[in-house]
Amino acid sequence: MSEHTLTSPAGIATGAVSPPLRQVSRGQLASIVVDSALLAKRSLMRVPRQPDWLFGATIQPVMFILLFRYVFAGAIPIPGTSSVDYIMSGIIVQGLVFGSINTAVGLSEDIKKGLMDRFRSLPMPRSSILLGRILADLMLQVFVTAISIGVALAVGFRPNANPAEWLGAIGLMALMAFTLSWIGAIIGLTLRSTEAVTSIGLVWIFPLTFASSAFVMPQTMPGWLEAFAKNQPVTLIIDAVRGLWTGYYPQASSHTALYAVIWLVAVCIVAIPTAIWAYERRMAN
Amino acid sequence: MAQRNAVIVEGLTKSFGKTRALEGIDFTVGEGSVVGLLGPNGAGKTTTVRILTTLIKPDGGRAEVAGIDVLKHPEQVRARIGLTGQYAAVDEILTGRENLIMFGQLYRLTHASAKRRADELLERFELTDAANRTVKTYSGGMRRRLDLAASLLVTPPVLFLDEPTTGLDPRSRNGMWEVIGDLIKDGTTVLLTTQYLEEADQLANRIVVIDRGKVIAQGTANELKNQVGGERLEITVPHGTDLERAESALINTAGQAALDEGGVQIDPVNWRLTVPFPAGAKGLPVAVRQLDEAGVTLADLALRRPTLDDVFLTLTGHAAEEGNGNGLKEDSEKAA
Repeated sequence: MSEHTLTSPAGIATGAVSPPLRQVSRGQLASIVVDSALLAKRSLMRVPRQPDWLFGATIQPVMFILLFRYVFAGAIPIPGTSSVDYIMSGIIVQGLVFGSINTAVGLSEDIKKGLMDRFRSLPMPRSSILLGRILADLMLQVFVTAISIGVALAVGFRPNANPAEWLGAIGLMALMAFTLSWIGAIIGLTLRSTEAVTSIGLVWIFPLTFASSAFVMPQTMPGWLEAFAKNQPVTLIIDAVRGLWTGYYPQASSHTALYAVIWLVAVCIVAIPTAIWAYERRMAN
Repeated sequence: MAQRNAVIVEGLTKSFGKTRALEGIDFTVGEGSVVGLLGPNGAGKTTTVRILTTLIKPDGGRAEVAGIDVLKHPEQVRARIGLTGQYAAVDEILTGRENLIMFGQLYRLTHASAKRRADELLERFELTDAANRTVKTYSGGMRRRLDLAASLLVTPPVLFLDEPTTGLDPRSRNGMWEVIGDLIKDGTTVLLTTQYLEEADQLANRIVVIDRGKVIAQGTANELKNQVGGERLEITVPHGTDLERAESALINTAGQAALDEGGVQIDPVNWRLTVPFPAGAKGLPVAVRQLDEAGVTLADLALRRPTLDDVFLTLTGHAAEEGNGNGLKEDSEKAA
């Protein structure tokens, strides 16, 4: 990294009094990191300024936790484990899946408001525009999930994980949030209206989270749905996170976490280039 | 060679699906000069600016900005331009100062320099008092000034102003004109797009008129006015006057010229009618008598040089401020 003084042509120049402006030159990789961080910071700055947004983003998972804890947990017996522990694991992961909508809506609004054009006319790596947004959303997800976990613990969620298992569970959830952000990005970059982004951005989430092992055991579902629910990635992730937290693995596989990671990496391999393609396509018009 | 060109555009073409937005555009902008790209909605102005600022790629042709090929080295072009878009592209949730510091850092200024530069620009554009308020609370004019400030953070050699006053009220528009006028005095090269003839006349040294993706005329405002020929006779009639009758009386008076050069322009809001009038001052007494005989009461009568509105009407056969249906989506949808 090196600094140099900006040669300022006449005019809008800063005048003789002030010292010259200093510009930094960085390599491509350093630019991607620094500019992504700058844009992530910009996205995060809105959080304290829109307390209603933060309240909305936090209250929904908390509400789900409370409702499922007190309304459903008693009615859904889970053989071999406490139904509170079973459901709480599911609901925390479910909240993260829903969070992917943030990326979709955020990108859609930046395009609509012309900010995307300004960013793209600046001498910064264009990959930072997507990365910065996804980084910021990931941090928000961590924050909201921390609150969810706290509330779950307060209402009787009792994980028995050691620090390494906690780390594993958090790592897996972070990888999932990152992966789903790219799917959110594809939705936000493909659909033109924010309303469509909001509805389509949510609609794929319902079957994946409800037809999963989040709240009930897939064995209780009709055969065709059970087959789907047992094998789809959200179930694998929930089972893995729940296994790490509580030691309960319904499908008797200690490799659940590994399968979950493979799934997520595979989705990333497809979703990231697709998001970049969707971005280029959207910007070309 | 009198002066170098800061912008060179050669044979640019661009289609969006079946809509042909640009059908081969050529023009240049001399270093330190201001060129106004003038045309109605959908003429291809915004598309041209988006190509020159590397936001989109043309289908054909080439372009240079600050001596750099836009297609070959877009990243180098981006370090040398400022862009102020049709829709104020600043972050509403951030304050004015935060916006400028962020954009300054993205222009690779150090944090300290970005901060200092932000304060200078806030001062210069009279935004110091609002600097720590979120942009959401700004008026339209303040947003545009902030947007303009954001494109001046590193004193770019070439500045693109895409419809800088569209949607502003007349007072804010005058404010923007003053600010832009000062920039121009400082010697910045500016390519300005506008659909307001008055704006191009006021700000630009040279005007490039485009319509339906083609350059249809270029020159100084005076050259364009001369191209359209002689003087105009403008009459204002009392409210409620039969405009059709007044029109036919005017055509009678002006003779063949009225039909050759675009006919009578009618401004029904102001009850004003304008017609090409080659006879000039000598023809006035006859005109007044003929109108009187035709039963047209006059509230006002004046002889004036052609405006750019007349230029546009003569060149294209339609007024400048109405869309033309062809590629109309391009400019209006761009912000979406």
